[in-house]
Amino acid sequence: MTLVIVLVALAVVLLASGGLVAGTRRHRRSPALPTDGAAPQPFTVPPVSAAPQPETSQVLGEQPGRPVLRDRLGRARGLLTGYFDQVRGRKGIDEATFEELEEALILADVGVTTTARVLGDLRAKLSTGVLSATDPPALLQALQDDLISMFDGDVGSLGFADGDGPTVWLFVGVNGVGKTTTIGKLALREVQAGRGVVLAAADTFRAAAGEQLESWAERAGARIVRGSDGADPSSVIFDAVQHAASRGAGLVLADTAGRLHTKVNLMEELRKVRRVAERPPGQLTEVLLVLDATTGQNGVVQARQFAEAVGVTGIVLTKLDGTAKGGVVLAIRSELGLPIKLVGVGEGLADLVPFDPAEFVSALFG
Amino acid sequence: MFDTLTDRFDAIFTRLRGRGRLGDAEVVEVLREIRVALLEADVNLAVARDLIERIRARCTGAELARYLTPAQQVIKVVNEELTATLGGEALKISYASKPPTVVLLAGLQGSGKTTASAKLARWFRQQGRHPYLIGADLQRPAAVEQLRVLGAEIGVGVFSEPTDPVAVARHGLLEAERLGRDVVIVDTAGRLAIDQELMDEVRCVSATVHPNYTFFVVDAMTGQDAVRTAEAFHQALQLDGIILTKVDGDARGGAALSVKQVVGRPIAFLSTGERVADFETFHPDRLASRILGMGDVLSLIEKAEREYDGETAGQAFERLQAGTFTLDDFLDQLRQLKKMGPLTGLLSLMPGVPKEMRDAKVDDRDVGKIEAIICSMTPLERSDPTVLDGARRLRIAHGSGTSPTEVNNLLRQFREMQKMMRGVGPMAKLAGGGRPGKPSKSSKGNRKKAKGGRVTPSSRGLGPAR
Repeated sequence: MTLVIVLVALAVVLLASGGLVAGTRRHRRSPALPTDGAAPQPFTVPPVSAAPQPETSQVLGEQPGRPVLRDRLGRARGLLTGYFDQVRGRKGIDEATFEELEEALILADVGVTTTARVLGDLRAKLSTGVLSATDPPALLQALQDDLISMFDGDVGSLGFADGDGPTVWLFVGVNGVGKTTTIGKLALREVQAGRGVVLAAADTFRAAAGEQLESWAERAGARIVRGSDGADPSSVIFDAVQHAASRGAGLVLADTAGRLHTKVNLMEELRKVRRVAERPPGQLTEVLLVLDATTGQNGVVQARQFAEAVGVTGIVLTKLDGTAKGGVVLAIRSELGLPIKLVGVGEGLADLVPFDPAEFVSALFG
Repeated sequence: MFDTLTDRFDAIFTRLRGRGRLGDAEVVEVLREIRVALLEADVNLAVARDLIERIRARCTGAELARYLTPAQQVIKVVNEELTATLGGEALKISYASKPPTVVLLAGLQGSGKTTASAKLARWFRQQGRHPYLIGADLQRPAAVEQLRVLGAEIGVGVFSEPTDPVAVARHGLLEAERLGRDVVIVDTAGRLAIDQELMDEVRCVSATVHPNYTFFVVDAMTGQDAVRTAEAFHQALQLDGIILTKVDGDARGGAALSVKQVVGRPIAFLSTGERVADFETFHPDRLASRILGMGDVLSLIEKAEREYDGETAGQAFERLQAGTFTLDDFLDQLRQLKKMGPLTGLLSLMPGVPKEMRDAKVDDRDVGKIEAIICSMTPLERSDPTVLDGARRLRIAHGSGTSPTEVNNLLRQFREMQKMMRGVGPMAKLAGGGRPGKPSKSSKGNRKKAKGGRVTPSSRGLGPAR
């Protein structure tokens, strides 16, 4: 009620002066879009020539064996290399060196704060004589080592439950980061490892998300539990856990609808999803935040919000095979301490690999 | 979406506001802060540097106007440069003389192409056109299915077949012509800019359908990479505009600024939510104002002009200042305000509203309650609330279907508002915390208004109203 009252007061004050503003600014207003008087014609959906779901498999499901991150990233090389080559080629280390390093890190989406902190450490090493001011390669090495050490203690493996009940891994993230695709790839990996896998299609919001997951389930040879469109996602996960328990399947991979971390009600829904996923016989061991490597500094905010809401246990960094460097995970690691568990480096079923800090950092250096 | 950048600028300018003059040292400090703010907002490094240089040149140059305070000077310069960077006018779609007008959507995986296709189709329908959707994303499982569901929802036909994207595009176009559709939207598969094969494929699709408009769909949350990707797509496809998606998050939207700058094509549409209706055309000048924390004043004023009776507002304001603002006036204003739409939306449009309040949820049902309470009062009670004793309050509570507590709350808050607003002119506070009511200040304010109506100043004066 207070707000309403304040709002009225604000409006009165604003509009009393607003008339003037409008008067002086009117000429800058963009022209209104043409609004056709004609009401839109009612449409009937024309009959569409029957088209079964296309299954393109030319890029999927071939070449097993672990793809090396650096090979994949090789395609995107040369974007930051210039900066580091320049630093390496210098005779000494000066302010310009640090500026170049700063630019390189910022271009890799590491973020201003983390970059400043990392470079501050390097400066301290220089001034205390740990590093020599005439040895740029050593500076670069020290930078790499610093970055790698930020991931100390991270293991790229996912946890399984000790008891009898099925292990549950919950996947969360904003829209379009690749949750469903990640689950598809993981399902294949775990099926190949001899586990019974049930996919829970708890993205009941986005059109055809269930179909997408189903086609992954077919490819991977996993079971799938689906709800009707618009069903309560928690109920789908509940059913999937029951199903897994009764069939003796050891692992449930729970997909959820992409949601922006700013949507309070959707984050609340996710909390409930988590509560249900934890319920026995299911044992929730991982809540994985899927993050697109092209994400900028907003990734930190996303990670913080999701961690607060559902206790994220690790991050899956997808789409690292493009030109994006995914440097935001450094910021996330340093600000929130969340470990990176997996990285996605391609569209093939096998292109999801455990996170390796040394590999990641050297890729960052182009 | 741009709130965080807004907050940064707010912090810088709040500090500046206390200063009398803007020396070289201050300029350097402000520019550094602006640079950090821009980079944290994911503005591309090169673009940020360029922007900073232009701002520096103008801040240290001779064109500073004497009648503005330092903060206002900087805000003015930054605002103009931001607007320039974001591009002048909104994109206007012109339709092909020989229909159909073909629109091609391309972008990275997960940027929101399929959803944007459907939203765009709906938008075209609202413009009185007859759109048709072609699902040429044969890559992602169930992408076509998704488009079909969305198409059915908005009542627009969808064409696809399990052949190859080029064939789908060609056949889809023929089908659209056969059905007499005048706008065709082609949804393509997401692809990486460095994936030569897929880039060739989308180029072939483009060569097949000869799009009148090629839009690059980009996620508002994208970081530094946005520019590289956009450049690559621009090279391959000759983009005509940009569709910025997921704008309803709290990403600071630096990507928008950068892509626009580097590719030199306007941002055409914003995708602002999960429902197909959440889609709007883009207004660069308004966005720049928003980045600067000035609120989307233009939209607000447009609304106000349409809905608000300016004369009564002016009178109400005078009474507010004089302290003779009654509950009747309040009711009047509340009703006017209600006509402008849901109050939550209005709050976020208003300049100078603190962040906590911008995010707060205004319950529109409260408006109904307030109306009911005031309407249950006699004319005497409305003009002089001091006569309201316990018995009268109880009667009002009964009459309005509320509780005495709610009546008391309203009265208390109304009294507080009256107290705060008394003597606070719209211009009194803006000149850097001047004492309200001082003649010299207000004349300064008037001069400023005459000089081109900065909105910020008046809005800054709102601070104490909280």
